[in-house]
Amino acid sequence: MDESGRNGSAVQLLTPEGERVTHPTYDISLTDHELRGLYRDMALVRRLDAEATALQRQGELGLWASCLGQEAAQVGSAHAMGTSDFAFPTYREHGVTWVRGVPALDILAMLRGVTNGGWDPNAHRCSLSTIVIGNQALHAVGYAMGITFDGADAAAIAYFGDGATAQGDVNESFVLATVFNAPVVFFCQNNQWAISQPRERQSRIPIFERAAGFGFPGVQVDGNDVLAVMAVTRAALARARGGEGPTLIEAYTYRMAAHTTSDDPTRYRMASELEVWRLRDPIERLKVFLARQGIADRHFFDSIDDEGDLLADEIRVGVRSMPEPPAEAMFDNVYCEPHPLLEGQRASVIDYLASFVDPVGR
Amino acid sequence: MERTPAHPEVTMAKALNDGLRRALERDAKTLLFGQDIGRLGGVFRVTDGLQKDFGEHRVIDAPLAESGIVGTAIGLAMRGYRPVVEMQFDGFVYPAFDQIVSQVAKIHRRSEGRVIMPITIRIPYGGGIGAVEHHSESPEAYFAHTAGLRVLTPSDPQAAYVTIQQAIASNDPVVYFEPKRRYWDKGSVDRTIDPLDLREVADPWRARILRTGSDVTIACYGPMVRTCLEAATASGDVSIEVIDLQSLSPLDFDTIAGSVERTGRLVVVHEASRTAGIGAEVAAVISERCFLSLEAPVTRVTGYDVPYPPSRLEDHYLPDLDRVLDSVDKVMAY
Repeated sequence: MDESGRNGSAVQLLTPEGERVTHPTYDISLTDHELRGLYRDMALVRRLDAEATALQRQGELGLWASCLGQEAAQVGSAHAMGTSDFAFPTYREHGVTWVRGVPALDILAMLRGVTNGGWDPNAHRCSLSTIVIGNQALHAVGYAMGITFDGADAAAIAYFGDGATAQGDVNESFVLATVFNAPVVFFCQNNQWAISQPRERQSRIPIFERAAGFGFPGVQVDGNDVLAVMAVTRAALARARGGEGPTLIEAYTYRMAAHTTSDDPTRYRMASELEVWRLRDPIERLKVFLARQGIADRHFFDSIDDEGDLLADEIRVGVRSMPEPPAEAMFDNVYCEPHPLLEGQRASVIDYLASFVDPVGR
Repeated sequence: MERTPAHPEVTMAKALNDGLRRALERDAKTLLFGQDIGRLGGVFRVTDGLQKDFGEHRVIDAPLAESGIVGTAIGLAMRGYRPVVEMQFDGFVYPAFDQIVSQVAKIHRRSEGRVIMPITIRIPYGGGIGAVEHHSESPEAYFAHTAGLRVLTPSDPQAAYVTIQQAIASNDPVVYFEPKRRYWDKGSVDRTIDPLDLREVADPWRARILRTGSDVTIACYGPMVRTCLEAATASGDVSIEVIDLQSLSPLDFDTIAGSVERTGRLVVVHEASRTAGIGAEVAAVISERCFLSLEAPVTRVTGYDVPYPPSRLEDHYLPDLDRVLDSVDKVMAY
């Protein structure tokens, strides 16, 4: 990795200093409106992330998995998707779910503990957070196989991290994607750390190079460069939709926060590392670029800050006022079709709670 | 027993093949996906000829990756398909266990009812065929213990023909255990009926009383049903009622309890290991529900708590007619 934050051949279109550069293969042309939109989404996702972290500290959320530092990788790749494409995120892709139109409170509902999901996957064309590492890569491939069987013009995108590349499911998903030539993009955010384990503990070679062994292209992109991420993901999705099969994208980025609010990264990584990555901040570099190019001014940036304040208020009030689910809700939607044993247990819970003088849990 | 079959006698493998064929005909979104199920027709030939007739996009040969097969079936289900996947043998389902337990069983609930997982996971199971390790196991309790899954197992060709279609039609995920040593047993199969019309056929989630009796109830399923029916025929003066549980999740305790209230005695028979098995659950619930009707403790005749033994020993491991009747004698003498 050189001082510009590139790792070897990583595609870059915007340097950490906010300078627009060219790449022989990848380019992107966006309107000023679209560029401001990318900034807005990244800034608001960062605000959502900060509010959620604070709410966890206040005991209002059970846990939070921060995406701090990964906003360009998530927002850029999600903006590359078309409306008919389908995303399969992990639990850290708040930037992806945000761009797919999932309301902020729905993103937080799972970690509030009122649901194991939070939104309608079909309405947003975005699957629910998958917590078991790597499972969703296969779901994306299966969905993409279905796209092929339907003859539809669409693609699936599977999100996972550097740690997941050691999982069997991710490797099986590479095999299935190639042998069925499925229209799928594997979007790996290499944020350098799988909880406490560095990338070297997951793979002996750069992650994007592993694609070659499975028979499809891999490309590394500066994951903190929203323009490069969007350009590379657009190309991979177009390739998938065009019947040319899967692509592995390694977005080289950094997890600026702890793994989750339960984690203590001071036990396993140096603070100096954080300082290096702070200089490569994905939002700051786009802000410099927009300001220098005259695409956005102080008034615009202030308005985004104000919008962030409103979002933060909405999140704080909304999280605290999420209704407590009734006890018997645990029996809902376990099955589609009647299940007498479960209905018996539901009735017994209702009877038990009603047997108290001062009914609880209702 | 002399009778004239009203319908042709076919093997269970053929009955399953016919059931799968009808499911493929009924719904263009139904797909079969598994190892060697296409050109080969499956290692047990259950899918014989289906790829030829329905094409490579309906009957799909999969790479050798069980988790991959189930994981991609989930994605296909999310896309609106109704996948029927085959695990080649009982002992090979474990690589897919994570996807089945963590995802197949939970996605409907996680999505708050918005996403369905109408996946059928076919697993040939059980011993008695002289096979090598991993080819004779009975892992049904793992799946019956997992909320969100349904578990079915047929015991004869007619039940196989009907319940495989009911499993596929169910919007809930169904783990469908096929008793492999009964694949070649023949029985008459009425294929004129509509398995999805419960006015014509039995509810698949109910147990079936296959033989009535007044002294002892035997509850069994899958490969043990034939063994228990033979035991009932050979039991001499003792009148045995034989119940085929058929659905292992949910279990139909009403049918078992109704029988035990008449007979006062229950023997549960399965090939799977004893501890924390289906028999333990049946014994616990029947002891609760029928305590005052029981003339003897509920007894289990099962495989032992050992890894499935080498084939030269499997006759000692598997419950057979004599072991079943030995337990019947004991509950009668209690």
